[in-house]
Amino acid sequence: MEANEPRIPGVTAPSVKTRPDNNNIGLPHPKYPLRDLIRKLTQNKKVVAGGTILVAMVFVVAFAPLIAPGDPMAFVAQANQPPSAEHLLGTSGQGQDVFVQLIRGSRVSLLTGVFVGLIATILGIIVGMTAGYFGGAVDNILSVVMNVFLVIPGLPLLVVLAAFLPRTPATIVLVLGLTGWPGTARVLRAQTLSVRTKEYVSAAIVGGESIFRVIFAEILPNMASIVASSLLGGIAFGIVAEAGLEFLGLGDTSRVSWGTILYWAQNNAGLLTGAWWTFLPPGLCIALAAFSLTLINYSVDEITNPALRSQRSGGAILRKLYLRSRATPVVPNEK
Amino acid sequence: MKGAIMKQDPLSNSTHDPMMPAGEHSLRVNGLSKNFPLGTGVGAKQLHALEDVSFTIQQGEILALVGESGSGKSTAARLIARLMSPTSGNIHLGDRDVLSIRNKRLARAYRKNVQMIFQDPFSSFNPVHRIEHHLARPIRIHEIAKSKGETQEHIYELLSTVGLNPPREIARKYPYELSGGQRQRVAIARALAVDPQIVLADEPVSMLDVSIRIGVLNLMLRLKEERNLSYLYITHDLASARYIAERTIVLYGGFVMEEAPSDELMLRPHHPYTKLLLSAVPDVNRGFERTSRHTDGEVLSRIDPLPGCPFAARCPNRMTVCTEVTPSITQIEPKRFVRCHLFGEQVSSQ
Amino acid sequence: MKNESQILAIRDLRVRYNSERGPVTAVDGVSFSIMQGEVFGLAGESGCGKSTIAQTILRVLRPPAVITGGSIEFRDRQVLEMTDEELASFRWREVSLVFQSAMNSLNPLITIGDQILDVIQAHTDRNKRDARERAAEMLKRVGIEPDRLRSYPHELSGGMRQRAVIAMALSLEPTLAIMDEPTTALDVLVQRQILEEIEELRTSIGFSILFITHDLSLLVGFSQRIAIMYAGQIVEMSYSSELVREPFHPYTLGLLDSFPSVNGERRKLIGIPGTPPDMSAPPGGCRFHPRCAKAMERCRFVAPQLRELKPDHWVACHLYD
Repeated sequence: MEANEPRIPGVTAPSVKTRPDNNNIGLPHPKYPLRDLIRKLTQNKKVVAGGTILVAMVFVVAFAPLIAPGDPMAFVAQANQPPSAEHLLGTSGQGQDVFVQLIRGSRVSLLTGVFVGLIATILGIIVGMTAGYFGGAVDNILSVVMNVFLVIPGLPLLVVLAAFLPRTPATIVLVLGLTGWPGTARVLRAQTLSVRTKEYVSAAIVGGESIFRVIFAEILPNMASIVASSLLGGIAFGIVAEAGLEFLGLGDTSRVSWGTILYWAQNNAGLLTGAWWTFLPPGLCIALAAFSLTLINYSVDEITNPALRSQRSGGAILRKLYLRSRATPVVPNEK
Repeated sequence: MKGAIMKQDPLSNSTHDPMMPAGEHSLRVNGLSKNFPLGTGVGAKQLHALEDVSFTIQQGEILALVGESGSGKSTAARLIARLMSPTSGNIHLGDRDVLSIRNKRLARAYRKNVQMIFQDPFSSFNPVHRIEHHLARPIRIHEIAKSKGETQEHIYELLSTVGLNPPREIARKYPYELSGGQRQRVAIARALAVDPQIVLADEPVSMLDVSIRIGVLNLMLRLKEERNLSYLYITHDLASARYIAERTIVLYGGFVMEEAPSDELMLRPHHPYTKLLLSAVPDVNRGFERTSRHTDGEVLSRIDPLPGCPFAARCPNRMTVCTEVTPSITQIEPKRFVRCHLFGEQVSSQ
Repeated sequence: MKNESQILAIRDLRVRYNSERGPVTAVDGVSFSIMQGEVFGLAGESGCGKSTIAQTILRVLRPPAVITGGSIEFRDRQVLEMTDEELASFRWREVSLVFQSAMNSLNPLITIGDQILDVIQAHTDRNKRDARERAAEMLKRVGIEPDRLRSYPHELSGGMRQRAVIAMALSLEPTLAIMDEPTTALDVLVQRQILEEIEELRTSIGFSILFITHDLSLLVGFSQRIAIMYAGQIVEMSYSSELVREPFHPYTLGLLDSFPSVNGERRKLIGIPGTPPDMSAPPGGCRFHPRCAKAMERCRFVAPQLRELKPDHWVACHLYD
């Protein structure tokens, strides 16, 4: 055997100076604790963008009465006045300050969305995981229920239910929560079926865990990303659907929310008269809220799915190394 | 004690040896069978995973269950661990009929006394929980320790016993931070945490590197000596069965084919299948000789099987009767049993 | 070693990849050669770098792995200098690879016949009928009925699938077949059959085999020479009979003491204490020293060199310096 220096006769790839941070381009992480997940989340551009918008909105919701004091329903000036220094977003078709309405209405819109998301997700967890864990007859029955709710067209059902139930935000939350849960339930059921076969579930049972703890303390934490995703999606659904109901006049039109602003703008022919300030701002806010939630949703999936991540980092490395070849690169050791 | 165990089911073909009285802490399995329906409905085919399996494990004894994939060995373990119910047969721990337990307290007591080590060190731990969680849960459930502090102490002691040091550091780790061998040691610690009488070890070292296996097997042996534990050691590897177990049972197609003290089985096998297995085992001290026992084909399907010996298609000593009649177990020596027509219908022990 | 019949020469190979915890040198200065028609066994624990070597020879290792040093010479050609076109004709035709758990990596949507066909047609000019004939012939030689050409992977048992993969790897009659743990996860009887089939094929076709496994007992008697790897380096290398009869390195001794016997004397085995090192920060000096019963002071600081102690018997250990 020749004992010689590691010398490579002639390499096809140019030698590469590796920057220090290249050392973190790596193999997909095995399972990780929450701490690492949060760190990865904050490094992701989508999360940062979506998160900033959300944080801003939460701020507004919290301090609404301070940002825009006064009674949002009060008549303050002539109707349909364009934005001015006094009324930042002009006046509505009934002479109310649009800006004040927008800020104060954020509470109802966003909080309704949050509660809808929570209810839909919790219901989805309970039904989906029960069906997935027990299988057999229990699964058959629950699947039928899930499928029935999925098949029923959502909006007509909402309209029908909202039409003869009392007109309160609580009703809206309930109605929307009841139509939103089957999607989550189906996904969680499938995941539970898959996790159920893992040996650590058997190990927990043999150790004496109760069924309740097996489902909620052993299986559920493994589905955290899906649950988070469902929750974010549910909240987005809630915000948009609530606005939709209010716009149709099926909500509580005496309270201010982004949907009711749209409702009144419609009623007062805002579109026809060209009073864009009466409907554009609430529409934008609804869209922005849903958009930011979706941004975060997508990036959570990307982060928790190792396959997606390694593809990204693999491509990044190739680009950085300027190689067009797909064979293992040969690089002289520079250390 | 002797009188209590004589309830023999005359319909069962089981090998209950009256010379082995069931001790207070013995595990007795009688005529255990398990069928899995394939598909739904009344006319669904049945996969016969386990057929009429009987054996006894005395306290402080290690019994090996040897078989290839499809032999039913893992099914047997899962039945005894009560992860599923048998199609027929019964299980006794001491005097108690395990399958008829309805009382929650008794069911939990059973779990305390019968623990399990799983085959795959990578999937038998929940990736989102730390090691200490995996050990603390059984301790809390069975009230081995009363307070959090006591539980911690117990955990550190266990980790030390299985050779994982420093215990404080290991306890805080997540499963992915440990190697396969370390995780199997934790699996042993988890089984020991509740001070069981018998441990079902389902291929505990099959997925570990060969250099790590001996360490784990030696640990199991040492614990057996120290705590008078019994093991049901399930494996496909005859060599490790001989190393660790006093008695060995060979399974094929869900049936018990041969049962004997381990040394006897390996040095003087009777059943043709046992002989075949022995000739195929790679041995460091023996070269790679071309075997003349080149048998054809794969394991016979056990779906809606016809009567006859399941090994008949591959057996070099096959006779006509072997494809028509399922052989029953005969006792050829005080501690040796074979299920094979070659050994005729000797009088079954009563 | 006669140079005319040498088909593969690896010199001082080094492979590194960047992991989350920093750079890991998976293969650190490995040198060995394989002769025509020889079975060369590479044994070691998981993580010692043996699979990395297998994939490096064919240069199929993906980034973030990089080859940082050494050379791989196959029949007077430098593998590390090959262009992509050269590699395309090099792979499968000269050297093929049956990688770990290959039987589980078959495309579930394509019949095995078609998968073998793909390989043959991608690397040769044969038309479809010729290729199909060849595929059927290969399957027959590994003990699968040709009519199973039309079966999908899930319709075959584990042993059958592994045989199909082996048939695929040998379909172009390569000079060297690299097999990485070809029989792990298979039952003892099936394992035996497959090894016998491989041996038969080898004697009739005449290819060499680089057999990689963690189970030393498979290599004894099946391979002519064996190299024992530990933590990215070769610690002992010799003819198999010689290795079993007179092992030098304490790691080899430990490995040989890890196999209970079915019919030998029954005694307590020690094996090897401890666990394999973390390759992102391997121990200084001799990498085996933390687990070595015979470690000396020197072993902690100075890395031993691989030296030829007896003809064709190499050891890297201070005990023999």
